[in-house]
Amino acid sequence: MPRKRDVSSDDVGIEIDGDLSDSDDGATQRRTNRRQAAGRGGARARGRGKKPASEDEDEDDEEDEAPRGRRGANKKKPAKKRGGGDDDDSEDEAPKRKRGGAANKKKGGKAQDSDDEDSDAGKGKKGKKGGKKGGKDEEEDSKGKKGDSKGKDKGKDKDNDKKKKKKKDDSSSDSNSNSDEEEESMSEGEMARLMEEVEEKKKLIATIRNKPWRMKRRLTHLKEAQQFVDKFEGALGKGKGRKWYAYKVMMTKKWIKFQRDFENFRTACIPWERKIKEVESHFGSSVASYFIFLRWMYGMNLVLFGFTFGLVVIPEVLMGLPYGSIPRKTVPRAEQATAQDYSVLMDFNGYCKYSVLFYGFYNNQRTIGLLKFRLPLSYLMVGIGTFGYSLMVVIRTMAKNADVGGGDGDEGEFTFAWKMFTSWDYLIGNSETADNKYASITTSFKESIVDEQENQKDENIHLRRFLRLLANVLITCSLGGSGYLIYFVVKRSQEFASRDDLSWYEKNELEIIMSLLGLVCPPLFETIAELEDYHPRIALKWQLGRIFALFLGNLYTFLFALFDEVNTKLEEEESIKNASIWAMKEYYANYTRLLNDTESTPPPMDPSDVIRGPCWETAVGVEFVKLTVSDIQVSYLTILIGDFARAVIVRFLNYCWCWDLEAGFPSYGEFDISGNVLGLVFNQGMIWMGAFYAPGLVGINVLRLLSSMYYQCWAVMATNVPHERVFKASKSNNFYMGLLLLILFLSLLPVVYTIMTLPPSFDCGPFSGKPKMFDVIMETIELDLPAFLGTLFSYAANPGLIIPAVLLMVLAIYYLNSVSEAYQNSNMELKKKMQMARDEEKNRRNNTDSTNQVMKDLEDLLPNRSLAPPAPPEPEKGPEQEAKPTKMKPGSAGKGVNLQKDVALASPNPNVRGPVNRAPGPRGPGGMPGPGPGPGPGPGRGRGRGRGRGPPPR
Amino acid sequence: MISLYLQDCTYFTRKEILRLFYRYRDLAPQLVPLDYTNHPDVKLPYELIGSMPELKDNPFRQRIAEVFSEDGEGNMTLDDFLDMFSVLSEMAPRDLKAYYAFKIYDFNNDDFICKSDLEKTLNKLTRNELTEDEVRMVCEKVIDEADLDNDGRLSLEDFQHMIVRAPEFLR
Repeated sequence: MPRKRDVSSDDVGIEIDGDLSDSDDGATQRRTNRRQAAGRGGARARGRGKKPASEDEDEDDEEDEAPRGRRGANKKKPAKKRGGGDDDDSEDEAPKRKRGGAANKKKGGKAQDSDDEDSDAGKGKKGKKGGKKGGKDEEEDSKGKKGDSKGKDKGKDKDNDKKKKKKKDDSSSDSNSNSDEEEESMSEGEMARLMEEVEEKKKLIATIRNKPWRMKRRLTHLKEAQQFVDKFEGALGKGKGRKWYAYKVMMTKKWIKFQRDFENFRTACIPWERKIKEVESHFGSSVASYFIFLRWMYGMNLVLFGFTFGLVVIPEVLMGLPYGSIPRKTVPRAEQATAQDYSVLMDFNGYCKYSVLFYGFYNNQRTIGLLKFRLPLSYLMVGIGTFGYSLMVVIRTMAKNADVGGGDGDEGEFTFAWKMFTSWDYLIGNSETADNKYASITTSFKESIVDEQENQKDENIHLRRFLRLLANVLITCSLGGSGYLIYFVVKRSQEFASRDDLSWYEKNELEIIMSLLGLVCPPLFETIAELEDYHPRIALKWQLGRIFALFLGNLYTFLFALFDEVNTKLEEEESIKNASIWAMKEYYANYTRLLNDTESTPPPMDPSDVIRGPCWETAVGVEFVKLTVSDIQVSYLTILIGDFARAVIVRFLNYCWCWDLEAGFPSYGEFDISGNVLGLVFNQGMIWMGAFYAPGLVGINVLRLLSSMYYQCWAVMATNVPHERVFKASKSNNFYMGLLLLILFLSLLPVVYTIMTLPPSFDCGPFSGKPKMFDVIMETIELDLPAFLGTLFSYAANPGLIIPAVLLMVLAIYYLNSVSEAYQNSNMELKKKMQMARDEEKNRRNNTDSTNQVMKDLEDLLPNRSLAPPAPPEPEKGPEQEAKPTKMKPGSAGKGVNLQKDVALASPNPNVRGPVNRAPGPRGPGGMPGPGPGPGPGPGRGRGRGRGRGPPPR
Repeated sequence: MISLYLQDCTYFTRKEILRLFYRYRDLAPQLVPLDYTNHPDVKLPYELIGSMPELKDNPFRQRIAEVFSEDGEGNMTLDDFLDMFSVLSEMAPRDLKAYYAFKIYDFNNDDFICKSDLEKTLNKLTRNELTEDEVRMVCEKVIDEADLDNDGRLSLEDFQHMIVRAPEFLR
């Protein structure tokens, strides 16, 4: 019963804009209509009602009368007073209202009065009887009615004549006056019948758009239903919360639209999304994964850049001493002549070296500027914070990716089916986009095909194992060999360092060997990897890991050389420190001696003349910056020559060449995923290591990533061809992240080591003059924080506290680890179960065989082999059936497979009918405990029959 | 007036219906009258429907038009036209969409998606870029995945069962 109201309000909600105009004049008409309708309805209902009508029902109704009346009153009131009532209320009242509806209907049936006054009065009476909301009077009633009619009478004029016609058709109701008496005597059960029918019609109206019928059929059905409803719904109480409902529906729509727009907007805000998608559609997700990784790196570096520049570089520029004010901020006199030469600047010497880009430029003043900005402290904090933030972000991303399901490929049961049926985007309205979409669909199919082929492959497993073992042995050998070679060369270069008579080769031996290794080994590994015959995705991982190991050698030599340099500089520093002090003293002594004036203070020495130490921090920083820049140059040139020039040659010389260049030897380049990813990872390692000594490095890196995004996107689209076997990247690029994490850890070590153990240079950098860099923290604690905090820190630094804390953390890690393992196990278990259930279901449907032999035997034993009920997947009831309640027999299996269509189609539309469906919810428990769906005549659970057959309500 | 009923039959508001009507009319102003009160029997040929920007890049445009047109040839009346847009609109529930999607992919109208339908679909989607072997393999896989009753073709039930689980299908 309540459904009726909900449904009707639904259509009203949608149509309300159209109807409002005629509602006023319609009101009066409406009344007569309704009366007539009621009359007819009563008559008709009786005719029909005979079928299902039972004494039970009558009794119920009578028993219920009193409460219902009250409820009717209640219901009417909110409708009026709240101008539609608010939603919560109406929901709460749903059961009540249901009854109210019943009451009204009853009233309609009973009263069927010839004039409106009568019916009004009747209602009024009832309302008073209910008395709960005593404030109700006739005025309100009539108003409420008007409201009803307003909402209801869409196309009233149209309906009018039709109704009349129908009435005539209906034999039972000869005329209005006649029907009155008859209706008076009509039973409550009949009324209920009628109501249900109307309800069903309304439901039909609400859901007609969900039916896959031709428009014409829909229109006819709709018209019929509409007329029916218009005729009879006068008998049913209505008009509550309609406006509010309409408003709500509208707002829901708007909200959905807004969400959609917002989603679009958010997607539009993701930088380079289109570029990457374009690449992905042509080259597959594996190549795209590199660009996604690049984008992620850019984001992270942007944050690092923000920290470094916001907290270190910009304060120094704005508030620090200007260039030339003190020795560390001035180019030494010896270098001044060449300080502006291009080649010098490109080596980051000269003015570059004595700029804000490098460690040495910063002064050791505790605070700078008016704001008392503690630059040294901030410098150290940013240096450490860079690592902290990077670690946090990398680990968080890894965890999140793992959460997404580190799905290596197939994560669904319907990979191909979904690809086939849902991959086209029906919103595409641009031919270029369409081309891309075609390409991407093809690519994704190819990816899945490769995966599938991999699954189907089953050859000689022993041979394969042997080959894989062999390949690993070979690669380990070559890695070991190259490692030894590097070690050997480094040793030799240390020997060479102490000699002067070196040939060109001996001078550059290290670099030459390193680049030779870098040139030869990756292709060698790739060739060996072919033995293994892995899926390309896994092969890529192996390849990445192996080259990574090789590059670690690179890193090792670099760091080795660097530490050597630092150590010599540190030694050098000691002597220079003395010399510097000596020189200073000499300068003052000379000054006083020359002027013979011990009183006057001498003017300070020209900053460029002061003797200074080597400042190893800046040297390290310069080294890193140079390395980064040369790396950028090399990689860009490689793209330009190796890919672009090659592509141009292949493309245009192909016209006049003796073999097919495009298909034959040089061909076009493929995008080198492993090389690029590793390049990116190692570059990031350089940044992390160098950022502490050269704050400007982060800025350079941001520029690099930004430009390489565009450059490489262009290059890959313009000059490369897709891989021969386009393969799907694993969804989480956690492997890249893992490499990054490893590099991060490796680069963390030297930096932390220098911060914690090496003494900073005495005359440059923010920590000059302190025995250790981290002393700046101690200083802050002592000078700036209250004393008790200092003692607190000293306690906290006590090994007695630290060791238990470390132990605790280790235990926590262990615990969490085992918990996650347990979860993983249960996950696997569940997955297996799901797979089994699916297989079982499939077999059941076949009705032929069960895979499980035991089950099969059991089934044979059972007398009726009904182990496999042909239950349709969606046991939802279609409105069509509801429209013809006679069709459903409670006991029967309800909808057979042939009904399936309607059944599925009628399932609720979450957008439009969500609210509609909600209202009936409370009905089950509240309004109709007994008669409703409760004891359930089987799957039929339809209200029509359910009501008729159910046990007496209460 | 008519739009009141149409509103109930489609997922559109009155305004949208009017706008669609004008779109429809703009396709062939000489054919479509402005006044629709007495239901003139007007059909627009498929060539016009298929050239709409919404459809012209769609590999299944012909099928869509055929499915929604009453004559099955892609020639559409205004009702068919509205119907099509209603079903394709974002308000349409997924079951309805699934039903029509099934019809669209069912090229030979036999109420089952069989292998030849799948091949046609695939070739349309990939513009014949896959080799024959690949096509065959994909089709076999699709049937293997989605065919619950093992009759070698997909019924509507199979199709719905599969498609309502698809993450991409309808948001």
